[in-house]
Amino acid sequence: MMKKIVSLLTLLLMFLGLTFVFLRSCTKFQKSNRHGESIQIKGSDTIVNLVQVWAENFVKQYSTYSVGVTGGGSGTGLAALINKTCDMAMSSREIDEKEEILAKKNNVVPVRFKVGMDGLAVLVNKNNPINKLTLEQLRDIFMAKITNWKEVGGEDKKIVILSRESNSGTHMFFKERVLRNNDKNSKDEFSVHSLIMSSSQAIYDEVCQNSNSLGYVGMGFINDGVKAISIAVNKTSEHVYPTVKNVTNNTYTISRPLYLYTNNEPCGIVKMFIEYVLSDTGQKVVSETDFVPIN
Amino acid sequence: MRKIIDSAIETIIFICGMLSIVFVVLIFGFLFKEGFSFFRNFGILKFVTGHFWYAASDPASFGILPLILGSTLVTIGACTIAVPIGVMSALFISEIAPKGIRDVLKSLIELMAAIPSVVIGLIGVITLVPFVKNIFNLPTGLTAFSGSIMLAFMAIPTIITISEDAIRSVPWKYREGALALGATKWQTVRRVVLKAAMPGIIAATMLGIGRVIGETMAVMMITGNAAHIPHSIFDPVRTMTATIAAEMGEAVRGGMHYRSLFAIAFVLFAITFIVNFMADLFLGKNKNI
Repeated sequence: MMKKIVSLLTLLLMFLGLTFVFLRSCTKFQKSNRHGESIQIKGSDTIVNLVQVWAENFVKQYSTYSVGVTGGGSGTGLAALINKTCDMAMSSREIDEKEEILAKKNNVVPVRFKVGMDGLAVLVNKNNPINKLTLEQLRDIFMAKITNWKEVGGEDKKIVILSRESNSGTHMFFKERVLRNNDKNSKDEFSVHSLIMSSSQAIYDEVCQNSNSLGYVGMGFINDGVKAISIAVNKTSEHVYPTVKNVTNNTYTISRPLYLYTNNEPCGIVKMFIEYVLSDTGQKVVSETDFVPIN
Repeated sequence: MRKIIDSAIETIIFICGMLSIVFVVLIFGFLFKEGFSFFRNFGILKFVTGHFWYAASDPASFGILPLILGSTLVTIGACTIAVPIGVMSALFISEIAPKGIRDVLKSLIELMAAIPSVVIGLIGVITLVPFVKNIFNLPTGLTAFSGSIMLAFMAIPTIITISEDAIRSVPWKYREGALALGATKWQTVRRVVLKAAMPGIIAATMLGIGRVIGETMAVMMITGNAAHIPHSIFDPVRTMTATIAAEMGEAVRGGMHYRSLFAIAFVLFAITFIVNFMADLFLGKNKNI
């Protein structure tokens, strides 16, 4: 009898302990949100480094606050915003219809802020003789209609396509701009033979060591280790190299805006962060991290 | 008072013991619930035999045949490499090696088992991948073959440790009997020791397969993740585990894509369950001889 009571008591105690821990963690999260002592930002890997610098500078200025930044992809960030597990989502694409419906279901009102511009560079190995391609050729390469470099004037070597996972905003943007040529009804997809790399850095590394490969990454990755391709919109137009200037004056075609999404009109610390990001000092960081400022 | 402490501790230990059962049942139930609602919407046959995996597209296409084949190819490759090496090392350690070498080998192998998979993946990407590309003259070194080699590395310690235990637990009198009948050392090892230790070796292999098929990080980094049907072991492949890991973050909770990942997990769970079940059947059969 004694034994039973004791075991029941222990069980009850353990249960109470667990509930206590659970409740505490819940209230802590909500509290920190309500009083705006810290913000969680989640999303696009493309701009995670940029937002990280913003966050560090912001915390230096207002030392009582803290800002947490995590990557994972634009889809991850927007999903987190919809699931209310972050305060702000970084995204390199606009929110899509499906996500808007889910947001409405969860009583989330996404508000968009354009915080910078990004150009996607198509990289090849330094030993690859190819310097320029048209959008049409790029499209055929990424859909595996062209499978050998000699078909676009290069060596007789098989092309290795490098792509990102489908949660990456870079993947979505490249697909919409290059493969589908901004046609909303197009159903074109990356070839099944494309290798899916887990980050832009992984694509960069593979291009560095493999002379057959090509991949797409943010312009920040262009450096001496690889070669960026100049791109022409069609056969008759000029080939344009991805530079900050060419993105700003809209001559480089594979470029896109970068966004921060908040739930509802921002207030408190979130508002202060957005104001800092759009200020002159905030936009200076944009050009320092190899992206393109908005004005 | 002493009695109270005694029974309290007994209860705690009982709860800890039960926890693992509770977890397995909960995991199975959760996978079943999420996976089943997906199968009802999409159809299990279409899911398992579909050739295209474009889960985040519109309209989405959920075909995991390439993923199943990818996992299978990598696992078979890894086992072909790991099982002979593992069993032979175990034989060397338990039958041939002098005590000094044996101790060094054993502790090194334990150390090898402790290397995190992401480190193995990193080393593979930097060293093995370019090497495979150059030596076989392939368009890329990110292939099922590279993945198999790296995974074999991870399975070998498991296989060695358990096979060695099995070989060692073969009674000495078996060996003595064989040697007394005039068998050479190799004949004794092959016909008597290996045969007697076979159930343990098979169990070791199955555990090795379990480790390989469930491994995620290293394969995600090394196998190239192309979701197509592989034609040879030198093609890039995408495994089920890598797909779940890569896409779980993006999937909105409750959506088709999210549930399809649970459905993959369910298929994976079913496959490992069948492997374990077959191992058990085989072991049971062997014991009766």
